[in-house]
Amino acid sequence: MYEIRFHGRGGQGAVTASKMLAMAAFKENKWVTTFPFYGTERRGAPVTAFTRIDNVKIELRSQIYEPDAVILLDKSLLKLVNVTEGLKPNGLVLINGKKGDFESNNGFKVAYVDATSIALKNHLGDPSHPIVNTAILGAFSKVSGIVSVDSMKSAVRDISPSKINENVNAIEEAYEEVEVA
Amino acid sequence: MKAQNITREIMTGNEAVATGVKLARVKFISAYPITPQTAIVEKLAEMVANNKINAKFIEVESEHSAMASTMTSEITGIRSFTASSSHGILYMHEMLHWVAGSRLPVLMAVVNRAIGPPWNIWADQTDSITQRDTGWMQVYCESNQEAMDSILLGYKVAENKNVMLPIMSMQDAFTLSHTSEPVIIRDESDAYDYIGDLNLPFSIDLKNPLGYGSLMPPDGPFMELKKDMRDSMYRALDVVKEETKKFNDKFNADFPGLIENFMMEDADYALITMGSMSSTGKYTVRKLREKGMKVGLIRILFYRPFPAEEILKSIRGLKGLGVLDRSITFGQRGAVYEDVVTSLYNKTDIPIKNYIIGLGGRDIRVKDYERMYEGLMEGGDSMEWINVGGK
Amino acid sequence: MVMTPTAYYPTTNIKTSSWRTSKPVIDYSKCTRCMICWKFCPDVAIDINENPDYEAPADRIKKMEAPFIDYDHCKGCGICANECPFDAIEMVREGENK
Repeated sequence: MYEIRFHGRGGQGAVTASKMLAMAAFKENKWVTTFPFYGTERRGAPVTAFTRIDNVKIELRSQIYEPDAVILLDKSLLKLVNVTEGLKPNGLVLINGKKGDFESNNGFKVAYVDATSIALKNHLGDPSHPIVNTAILGAFSKVSGIVSVDSMKSAVRDISPSKINENVNAIEEAYEEVEVA
Repeated sequence: MKAQNITREIMTGNEAVATGVKLARVKFISAYPITPQTAIVEKLAEMVANNKINAKFIEVESEHSAMASTMTSEITGIRSFTASSSHGILYMHEMLHWVAGSRLPVLMAVVNRAIGPPWNIWADQTDSITQRDTGWMQVYCESNQEAMDSILLGYKVAENKNVMLPIMSMQDAFTLSHTSEPVIIRDESDAYDYIGDLNLPFSIDLKNPLGYGSLMPPDGPFMELKKDMRDSMYRALDVVKEETKKFNDKFNADFPGLIENFMMEDADYALITMGSMSSTGKYTVRKLREKGMKVGLIRILFYRPFPAEEILKSIRGLKGLGVLDRSITFGQRGAVYEDVVTSLYNKTDIPIKNYIIGLGGRDIRVKDYERMYEGLMEGGDSMEWINVGGK
Repeated sequence: MVMTPTAYYPTTNIKTSSWRTSKPVIDYSKCTRCMICWKFCPDVAIDINENPDYEAPADRIKKMEAPFIDYDHCKGCGICANECPFDAIEMVREGENK
């Protein structure tokens, strides 16, 4: 079983990202469960979302305490939340940002992608609220190898309410640009 | 007749309920939004607006009115539905008694959410558990598949001529309502074949007017009516068994029925659970079995009527038994515990513990289950609050 | 001594504005100091400056008490801008300069 924890702010698409990832894995015949943990449901509040992927039916329904990967959509959360809490040794940290934004000597695999710029370039959201979820999923697909980029694009085509081409572009660009530190 | 093509989709518990309502050919919906049930009502309103479901949707200003309008619609012989949660259930409490006493097979989806104060929107079964006295049947779902299937099966059981009592179907807040997982969408024509139309024996008809629930003095059949409610509810035990078999045959499904026994055949210690927390329990059972511990889990689906006989059969040979209560009722012990112990009175020597867990949405974890099984091995019949008072 | 569901949680010292997506900006050359914005603000996020040094539509208004936005607590709901009878308040996207 592979467990991913998303950290974002309300309104950035963290919850949608977790659903898109689940859909992508489902298209590859995996069993998936995904759910958000809301504090107060308002724009800007920290939001956590969980996605589990497995080859067999998933019975674990608690929150994810020992993720295999954490995905951070908004690096301002680093000051508020311990995003790597419980992350497995050699776990993956994927950050919307650039090298140096996150320091770690815990042996985690750290990857960076400037999802904000990719999103804005593709007119997804606006400067105060870029919708970075599809870009970050493209990056995740590359560095985790858990889901193929084609499944991710297919899931995004199914779920995106609008700007499907822009979202698919964002996935492709992030897939190319993501770097492992 | 089995479905030829299996349609499997990822959907949340709320979407699964709305889909179940559509498959059940419900003709009337009236509900008031409350987190975390809102998406059920929104999805149904959308389906009505897009003609995906042939039903009348009435907006009301409160849950009391939602149940009142659902009831009065049902009285005209129309299959009717509502949904609520937490304080919404409390708000309609009076009407719950009225619907059950009127012998109307309404179905209500309940998204189990805690009761305040303090204000809390997360999973906790106190809202439906505190309605266990109303005469409504109760089924607790563990998965989104059950959330959908319980709507079809629920109406069929409720509308049985020898039952004629309303039923509520529970899904835990967020852990099912907002969790997306794969669900098999039952074929529409198979579903109609299974459920048919409502045929209410005594519906309001202008040509044959009748009164519902009018004044009844002490010598009138008040007590007999109440006894009939009780007898009908416990006749429902066999009806659930029959309908489960018919449902599983029709849809090639594996709905467990009144209870589910998980690794109980040779278990020494077992926990009784209800709702989505059972899944994490099963995960823990598997983990402990790998270490050689002979543990099992009994999951109650139908809490009303209470499946005493099934539980008695399941606990044979146990050295210790624990009952989880994800609710607080301020009785001697937890509500489910009290029902279990009453049903086993004078029938067993097995020590039975009570665990209060997960109130206000406090997460129920593998280590909590490990603690509970450890507690059973310690012996005794105490009441323990799990994961309380600091990390 | 029992536990009660009570909380002392004054937000005066906490910035409850960090999730604002746009903020109100008062154009004092239009503001007649009618105080309707102050009255309507649901968050008590508009204060009164008793000795303002702002622009004004006329000289006689210059010395009058004037409303000002408490940007530490304004959540950007836009009610003040909507209610201002003189269109003296504009909602400006956060991140843009105005």
